[in-house]
Amino acid sequence: MNEQTLFLIEKSIIVLTVFFSVMLVVAITTLVERRVAGFIQDRYGPNRVGPFGILQPAADGLKNFLKEETMPAAAAQPYFWLGPVISLAPALVTFAVVPFAAPLPIGDHVVPMIVADVPIGILYILALSSLGVYGVVLGGWASNNKFSFLGALRASAQMVSYEVALGLAVVVVLMMAGNVTLTEMVWQQQQLNFWFAFPISLAFILFVISAFAETGRMPFDMPEAESELVGGFHTEYSGMKYAMYPMGEYSHMITSSALMATLFFGGWDIPFWTGDDAFLFQGEWIRGFAEGGAPIAAELAWWKTLFTFAAFAAKTYFFVIFYIWVRWTVPRFRYDQVMQLGWKVMLPVALAYVMVVAATILALDQLEVSYGFWFGLVLTAVSGICTVLFLWVLDRGRTISGAASQAHERFQSDGKALSAPAGD
Amino acid sequence: MPPTVKVMRRPEGARTSYLRATLKGMALTFKHLVNPNKVTLQYPEEQPVLSPRWRGTHRMEVHADGRPKCVACGLCPTVCPSNCIRLVGGEDDQGNRFPIVYEIDEFRCIFCGMCQEVCPVEAIHVGVHFENAEYTRDRFVYDLDRLMEQEHPTALLWDPSDPRSE
Repeated sequence: MNEQTLFLIEKSIIVLTVFFSVMLVVAITTLVERRVAGFIQDRYGPNRVGPFGILQPAADGLKNFLKEETMPAAAAQPYFWLGPVISLAPALVTFAVVPFAAPLPIGDHVVPMIVADVPIGILYILALSSLGVYGVVLGGWASNNKFSFLGALRASAQMVSYEVALGLAVVVVLMMAGNVTLTEMVWQQQQLNFWFAFPISLAFILFVISAFAETGRMPFDMPEAESELVGGFHTEYSGMKYAMYPMGEYSHMITSSALMATLFFGGWDIPFWTGDDAFLFQGEWIRGFAEGGAPIAAELAWWKTLFTFAAFAAKTYFFVIFYIWVRWTVPRFRYDQVMQLGWKVMLPVALAYVMVVAATILALDQLEVSYGFWFGLVLTAVSGICTVLFLWVLDRGRTISGAASQAHERFQSDGKALSAPAGD
Repeated sequence: MPPTVKVMRRPEGARTSYLRATLKGMALTFKHLVNPNKVTLQYPEEQPVLSPRWRGTHRMEVHADGRPKCVACGLCPTVCPSNCIRLVGGEDDQGNRFPIVYEIDEFRCIFCGMCQEVCPVEAIHVGVHFENAEYTRDRFVYDLDRLMEQEHPTALLWDPSDPRSE
């Protein structure tokens, strides 16, 4: 068997495994969402199909397959079909560049646990994840329904707005890692002995908020907004076409949780243990550098792969649970609040923070502080101050408050009397 | 008079704290998440506790020898507000009246319990029972045999001298 065939077989196995695992986790997450929702509301949630309701997603899938697929008479058919596909596919393909475990040695051959370690890494993710909004917009527009259309409009405005802050938060990560591939980011976090969530804590907070908006989850579920827009962009959808939208939403959620884990929480890194570190450095698997700069060879083992995968899964699923937890706690923002938060808060804060981190890194480089513990500690302190300031300002309520109180302030500053708005 | 709009002022900016409110909410939902005391009744395994005055589907009391206690006096179809009881009475050699046909349409019945209240011989009762599912509509017209077969407990009538059943 030549090298190429081996590569093909190896990659096919990884691709299929990752695809089916993500789909399985999507199915399980739909159940977890409903169970957690139930528990939060002092109910049990679906627990009848199979033990602990484990087979509920299968029953839901079967039901959706058997449902009638309605096609609105005035719908633009090709786009109506295309919408759900486009919303699901980008969420799934972005998972390709996320490393999910330490490399697995088979004999003297080492299999990297990633679908495609493309050199553009995070740029690929940014490029593809923003395609997801097209599914929503196409579906909402093609339905030829005013509520769907409103949902689609909101979705596009919201996702475009928060993409900016998301990108800027990622810029900070790139400055820390010095590279765009996610394997390198995991490696740099292992080298720094700091997960990026600490030295660039504000970027993490901005990333989480933007990711919530990007996935259209609860405080930002403007596109769906079932209490205002019937069912939002998927009002006209039924059967399996409808089911693909939630599937897309959940795979988006899982992918962005995996990204949070990888960018800010060390990916598959097991904390407080350097034995799992591994990185392909000039064709050799190394786990660090000796004093003189000579690379130390990594000790790979199948059980390390297993444990690092468990670490990655645990971190990722923590964020999935966090998503669900937030969804069942907070109410939806009003549309103007979403836009205000996106453009007036997230964007300037992210820009300023990029400057602050860049300046700090530059100063540290000038002072010849090497990339390591002290480097991380100084950045942690600077970011900590930024985070506290940001949260303090946010907590003053000046950024997210009612439209009425803002109008009041505006009128007062003009020195004119406040007239009651004519209806709302 | 023109309609007036009542303007509700939100709290001033300085007094609202989204973050603190959210964290408080998250703590609250987490408390409920881990709270083992759920309100859901796991129905087929756990049965709900029904009131002794619950008025469900009917049952006919029988004598020890298996005859219905009904004497076909005709009071229950007369008093029935939804007209769901059909009674055809007969008389045997000793002059005892008995029902030849006694049918209750449980779909029409409003479960007021007046049939039980009016019955002079305590034959017809409404029951403490709610599991009535059937596969066809005609199964909901209970005939005399069906009414006599029912085994669920019968409802207690409201006692004016003890209005709270104490």
